[in-house]
Amino acid sequence: MNDQVTISPTTLSVHLTINGRDHALEIEPRVTLLDALRDRLALTGTKKGCDQGQCGACTVHVDGQRVLACLTLAAQVEGREITTIEGLADEDGTLNAVQAAFLEQDAFQCGYCTPGQIMSAVACIREGHAGSDEEIREYMAGNLCRCGAYPNIVAAVRQAAQELRS
Amino acid sequence: MRDFSYLRAGNIEAARNAAALPGAMLLAGGTTLIDLAKCGVAEPSTVIDISHIEGLNAIDVTADRAVIGALARMSHVADNPQVKNLFPAVSEALWQAASAQLRNMATIGGNLMQRTRCPYFRDPQNFPACNKRAPGSGCSAIGGVTRGHAVLGTSEACIATYPGDLAIALVAFDAEVDLGERKLKVEDFFLAPGATAEQEHDIRPGEVITAIEIPGSAAARRSTYVKVRDRQSYEFAAASAAVGLELEGDGRTVRDIRVAFGGVATKPWRARAVEEALKGQMLDEETVRKASELAMEGAVDHGANHYKIALAPRVVVRAILKLGETA
Ligand SMILES: Cc1cc2nc3c(=O)[nH]c(=O)nc-3n(C[C@H](O)[C@H](O)[C@H](O)COP(=O)(O)OP(=O)(O)OC[C@H]3O[C@@H](n4cnc5c(N)ncnc54)[C@H](O)[C@@H]3O)c2cc1C
Ligand code: SF4
Ligand code: FES
Ligand code: FES
Repeated sequence: MNDQVTISPTTLSVHLTINGRDHALEIEPRVTLLDALRDRLALTGTKKGCDQGQCGACTVHVDGQRVLACLTLAAQVEGREITTIEGLADEDGTLNAVQAAFLEQDAFQCGYCTPGQIMSAVACIREGHAGSDEEIREYMAGNLCRCGAYPNIVAAVRQAAQELRS
Repeated sequence: MRDFSYLRAGNIEAARNAAALPGAMLLAGGTTLIDLAKCGVAEPSTVIDISHIEGLNAIDVTADRAVIGALARMSHVADNPQVKNLFPAVSEALWQAASAQLRNMATIGGNLMQRTRCPYFRDPQNFPACNKRAPGSGCSAIGGVTRGHAVLGTSEACIATYPGDLAIALVAFDAEVDLGERKLKVEDFFLAPGATAEQEHDIRPGEVITAIEIPGSAAARRSTYVKVRDRQSYEFAAASAAVGLELEGDGRTVRDIRVAFGGVATKPWRARAVEEALKGQMLDEETVRKASELAMEGAVDHGANHYKIALAPRVVVRAILKLGETA
């Protein structure tokens, strides 16, 4: 980063690193990471619910931290490591422990909130905020589920946290 | 969302210069700015991204004081062991705010600059009248649905509640905000609406918050933040209180006490009348209850928010008694 301010033209060239792969985009400055993922890069696993930071459906990881893609400008995360739900399983298709636990615990109904729930849960466990059901509920509160699958979601996070600890 | 041009500032000087340009707005975590741009409330012509500036996110805590860089994330400050230990109310106010994702994005500087959640303010299409957005246009809330609106510090121009949590703890412990050339008490940094509802902060064009500074004290070490809301988590306060307590050697008499309210006033609200009434007193429930009522002197409700006048003192009572029990 130089000391000067860089003024953008009407469109920006933005380089994003998503799930370990580099992508070059020409976008307007106002394009959010969520719209860049879904509309420009066909990575539609990340969902748009409220588009206002209130539901958690758009949760992705930036440098390993869970954030909301709908309130993040794509231009802002240039040079950071972005992980979406598409990048969670191993190359050979082996599911992440949280993905497997969601399946086992039937932690969804319509499935719309699920990618966001899973991305949030992976980070929640990594942060050390999945120590009890109460703590899981508090630290997963940013992910709403319109179908009300909450008890099963808590069970899935608890199971995955136990597996990852042992 | 209207389009804007995007500038990335490499250092504070560049940010200050750019922030002085007309129509320019700083972007830190974006959780207020991008949200309000989508609502059509914020219409920056230029967005200055300060999130890549290095060295502004340090958290430096000693028994004497905490200095927290403007770009420190809410989540990092909340989880900092020294903050938890020496300023528990600050950590509690932070982890009870917003959600884990938002706290990973949101910065301490941006947090102080967050705007009210008044639903009329946030909806310019349907409610053109709002003195905070458009000075002189009137107030859609007065005579409207006021369940979330303030009962303290209101004016005829605006009754919007200050929504944040962190700043409540900051005013309780006499924190200061560092603007580079100037340093202000956080309490003075926030402005009650009066006749100029559009001015919420004492900040001038070209100024950038670089840090907040909180003096250490016995009351800050024994402190808590109690937040009561419509749902258990991920919600703004219906009423909240930051309280700090220092007792005499007898373990019962109040030497120092700090009380500040959130969710009920137009700015972070220090309740000095409650503090004065309790200093030198024995800490029993009846005394605490009576003193807490003093906070609501001069409160004005607008019907649906009447409940806050009864609720807020009870939140303070709960917070003080909780601290009294922890030896
Ligand atoms: C759904 C939702 C729920 C929320 N719940 C809560 C809650 O319960 N409690 C709570 O306290 N908050 C809550 N918030 C608000 C949140 O805490 C703020 O949006 C956040 O702290 C703002 O920080 P930011 O870094 O994202 O600011 P940005 O959006 O980047 O900036 C906000 C404003 O501050 C200005 N600014 C930013 N940095 C500086 C600086 N260093 N100097 C000068 N000006 C600056 C910007 O120009 C902008 O005008 C919630 C937000 C959302 C979206
Ligand atoms: S209360 Fe304040 S913010 Fe809300 S509509 Fe009235 S003037 Fe606008
Ligand atoms: S779509 Fe981002 S929080 Fe709802
Ligand atoms: S499974 Fe339908 S919204 Fe959660």
